[in-house]
Amino acid sequence: MSVNAEKLHPKPPRKIKHYFTAIILVVLLWRSAVLTDSSIGELISGLPNMLDLLKEMFPPNWGYFDNIIDAMLETIRMALVGTTFGAILAVPIALLCASNITQSRWLHYPVRMLLNLIRTIPDLLLASIFVAIFGLGALPGIFALTVFSLGLIAKLTYESLETIEQGPLEAMTSVGANKTQRIMFGVIPQVQAHFMSYVLYAFEINVRAAAVLGLVGAGGIGHYYEVTLGFLEYDKTCTIILFTLAVVLIIDYVSTKLREKLI
Amino acid sequence: MIELRNVSKTYLNGTKGLNNINLTIPAGEFVAIVGLSGAGKSTLLRSINRLHDISEGDILINGQSITKAKGSQLRMIRRNIGMIFQSFNLVKRTTVLRNVLAGRVGYHSTIRTIIGKFPQKDIDLAFESLDRVNIAEKAYTRADQLSGGQQQRVAIARVLAQEAQIILADEPVASLDPLTTKQVMDDLKKINMELGITTIVNLHFIDLAREYATRIIGLRAGEVVFDGPVSEATDEKFAEIYGRPIHQDELLGEPVSGGM
Repeated sequence: MSVNAEKLHPKPPRKIKHYFTAIILVVLLWRSAVLTDSSIGELISGLPNMLDLLKEMFPPNWGYFDNIIDAMLETIRMALVGTTFGAILAVPIALLCASNITQSRWLHYPVRMLLNLIRTIPDLLLASIFVAIFGLGALPGIFALTVFSLGLIAKLTYESLETIEQGPLEAMTSVGANKTQRIMFGVIPQVQAHFMSYVLYAFEINVRAAAVLGLVGAGGIGHYYEVTLGFLEYDKTCTIILFTLAVVLIIDYVSTKLREKLI
Repeated sequence: MIELRNVSKTYLNGTKGLNNINLTIPAGEFVAIVGLSGAGKSTLLRSINRLHDISEGDILINGQSITKAKGSQLRMIRRNIGMIFQSFNLVKRTTVLRNVLAGRVGYHSTIRTIIGKFPQKDIDLAFESLDRVNIAEKAYTRADQLSGGQQQRVAIARVLAQEAQIILADEPVASLDPLTTKQVMDDLKKINMELGITTIVNLHFIDLAREYATRIIGLRAGEVVFDGPVSEATDEKFAEIYGRPIHQDELLGEPVSGGM
């Protein structure tokens, strides 16, 4: 009986791989902490400083609100325009990346490489580059957000494009449709809702990103962070932070609700 | 008229999908293609509108070679051949009406279809087609809200709106229950009789083939092993096509034979 059981059941796989993975992770974490000079002791000894800062932040200077409302509106406008431009540009890029729509490898691989390259550049770096080219102001910020949204929306959209049903496309071929007509009738209706949801998602992220773009001179509310922190006016900084938090929360909430309705 | 001349299809791995097929199907016929799965029924059907390319031979649609056609010429030939699929192949997230109008795109310029504005004549035709399959009241419903049988009728309406002269139906009732099967087959038969549209249907059920078709073509391993009127397609002939006696599950049974 017991001999039989041994024959029938395979032995459980050895756990040594898991132990090994755990050891590697611990070593990586430990070396990273040591080499960046971060220690829990320092965090604890720094606590009083943080509390001092917090004390200076409260109560917030509510009067400063009037000074920053324009900058906040500019931030939202930058996010809106940047997301829209990015979304428009993302459509052809996503179609070129999807292997079921652009069959030629010579086309979809290079475009995907380009897209990945765009996505590796952080938005703050993009903004700095555009500030260097176009000078200070909202315009370089909008360009940075355009490129950033393009990367995000195109990537997510082409991944949904690759999971669409092929049946309707086959039906459109049998109807005598040309390539563009196949895409208009067989592809777009299948990904439209997903695409809209990704655009909203990019907008959420862009509002948050636009709030810090001012740090490199690319317009929006970020500029005021720098100014108030520079003058040690922490009560004003606190107003900005709370205002930004409220705006981001509202936009996130609305956008999440809309996206739930879409899909 | 559809003519297949010495049509063969060899897949990349060397298997023969179709082997030297010669067929002539005159206008207005209702043909059922029967055979085991893997016999080449679907490949044959998809060769006719060139969803699949053939390796050898020639296929003529009303005297024009679809095998040699290219670009807009190929699309013009396809426009005349409607196709109905086992899985309906509707765009589920759009309305029934828009799915039917999709059958019209072959008649319009690319620009016009990008704007998505169809002439009133097309919309009337779409409703007329939906009426013909008794589903006009669902015109503004999203396709994914419909049952399988209803979706297949919408697919038939799409072919009607296409004003095709030929209908190819690839296992149109394989994913439907017996009752809706009968409705869909009745619709196909009605269209064939009233509009004189040549209809070629791949069928799994033998009794359905006998009941609706005027001519039966039996395929086995990519070759035509039977081609004749229904009266000649006896149980013995079917056993020959299938290479074994008929199984009970190849007969749909009660609802169909009782209904007509």
